[in-house]
Amino acid sequence: MKLSEPGQTNDASDDAVISAQGVVNGFGNRIIHDHIDFEVRRGEVMGVVGGSGSGKSVLLRTIIGLNRPREGSIKVFGQTVDDADNTSMRALQMRWGVLFQEGALFSSQTIAENIQVPLREYTQMSQSLMNEIASLKLSMVGLPEDTAWKYPSELSGGMKKRAGLARALALDPELLFLDEPTAGLDPISASNFDVLLRDLQKSLGLTVFMVTHDIDTLRATTDRIAVLVDKKIKIGTIAELRKDDNPWIKEYFSGTRGRAALDS
Amino acid sequence: MVTLSDVRPVEERAWFKTEQRKNVFHFVVGGDWTLPEAPRLDPKLRALDLSKATEAEIDGRGLEKLDSAGAWLLLRTKRALEGAGANVRSFVIPENYGPLFGTLEREHNAPPTREPVDQPFLYRLGRGFMETMSQGYQMLGYLGRVTVETVQTIGPQKKLRWKAFIHQVEETGINALPIVGLLSFLIGVVLAYQGADQLRRFGAEIFTINLLGVSILREVGGLITAIIIAGRSGSAFTAQIGTMRVNEEIDAMQTIGLNTVDVLVIPRVAGLVVALPFLTFYADVMAMLGGAMMCYFDLGITFPVFLRQLQGAITMETFLVGMVKAPVFAFVIALVGCFEGLKVERNAESVGRLTTRSVVESVFFVIVIDAGFSVMFSILGI
Repeated sequence: MKLSEPGQTNDASDDAVISAQGVVNGFGNRIIHDHIDFEVRRGEVMGVVGGSGSGKSVLLRTIIGLNRPREGSIKVFGQTVDDADNTSMRALQMRWGVLFQEGALFSSQTIAENIQVPLREYTQMSQSLMNEIASLKLSMVGLPEDTAWKYPSELSGGMKKRAGLARALALDPELLFLDEPTAGLDPISASNFDVLLRDLQKSLGLTVFMVTHDIDTLRATTDRIAVLVDKKIKIGTIAELRKDDNPWIKEYFSGTRGRAALDS
Repeated sequence: MVTLSDVRPVEERAWFKTEQRKNVFHFVVGGDWTLPEAPRLDPKLRALDLSKATEAEIDGRGLEKLDSAGAWLLLRTKRALEGAGANVRSFVIPENYGPLFGTLEREHNAPPTREPVDQPFLYRLGRGFMETMSQGYQMLGYLGRVTVETVQTIGPQKKLRWKAFIHQVEETGINALPIVGLLSFLIGVVLAYQGADQLRRFGAEIFTINLLGVSILREVGGLITAIIIAGRSGSAFTAQIGTMRVNEEIDAMQTIGLNTVDVLVIPRVAGLVVALPFLTFYADVMAMLGGAMMCYFDLGITFPVFLRQLQGAITMETFLVGMVKAPVFAFVIALVGCFEGLKVERNAESVGRLTTRSVVESVFFVIVIDAGFSVMFSILGI
């Protein structure tokens, strides 16, 4: 079932930033997503959870156009991702920022140059303004000033993630994709990250789509949570999901770790 | 090409007004202070003359949109006013942009640091020299280590990892047959053609075969094969071992107690030392075939005549002089490839850099060693 009534293409009319209809993904004979539908609303932080191999990262890659779904379609800002031509894809890419799991910084460039890549590609700024903006973004994600002239290989894992976030934020995107932003961070950095994300979201009015395993991050930052379970997706607030009967969801939110994080 | 302003249509572009009343500087901003507008606003804001103000009022009530780039420009102007000695007595922006501006003002307080300047030429020259020397020193140490461990592997205590060894022989030897064969054949064709062209002037066409036999068996066959293998297998060694280094596989091996030289280096060195002589022999044969074909078409020399002339032109010695170099080339190529691979740091860029270096170094060493052999043979009178 496809929604194709006229007037559907404009994103100004509704508040769904991402909407997926009947998405099917799989590798070989193995189906990972079996006709899933969901929406992410403007200005919300949505967390995505699921067991290992449940296709969280695949879902993220499908939304940003790195992976073509077998069936179904995904619209971001009203634009269908998998049949977008170059121009409209670039238009989309300007409006979102993506933070990959390991930061995915360009290793041959300094951190400042990394942050300036999107600025250089999409705007005609003077070098001095770009330097100022790079240094501004670094301070926004809580990295010291001198990080700007370092190379990615000189940074720790947590710093790489922050630098990756600074690059994702370079164009002041409306939509931010985060792939396990707190995995591998110490608890203090992770909770700083939660605060940072909440702050940025409030100040910039971001919509955030975040894959994470970290139940503390979920509690601290998300408005709604999408659970990938049994090839389907279930969406709700933490309170709603805690009442769900599905054994995996039950285990996730009511297991020892879940309870410790949620009831504190 | 799409630019930002195409996608975020800006009906009312960003504007600002300044007014100097007595000693009070009024700075009124409005519209969309966003990233697409920033390149336009930036030079104008920098050009403002703030020197006469002692009091300042910033009025941002007209702002319709503000993102972090716009907020930065506003913050920068505010700081410039303060820096010029003005007292910013009022600062108003719409309430919903308060948190963004507040975050920036709180977090961003250091001036942008300068990029470190390049070191002077002499410094870089000296540093480069020291690095080259230390590279040579390390390689010598590594050569020693590999030699000692190879001897131990062949000796009674340890056993060679046969499976890895056979795999390397297949990978570096058998799988290289098509490319080595084709290129040697073509080299034979080219040499025969050029030789025939020159020798025909003296009516000495038949000596094309002597030329072919001696040059291919002594020099060209071995050299071409070694250079192809340096590009094909030497680079593969560096990339394979380097990628393992990036993935921390080498560290994992060491913690499990596996000896990296034993597991990774010796099978590769041994495999290539066995494979390269066979490849060289094969290349010699293919090049002679190429030459024979050219002699037939260009000079009308039939194959039996070619073989009879060849037999008179070369001796077993000619052939062995070429063959004896092959294991040495193989050892150097494998050694350099593995050495550079183990030096990879934990980032993707260094894999590429060291792979390039590995190929350049091994080709360099192959040619230098070949020259060394020539000198040695001529002293020995071979």
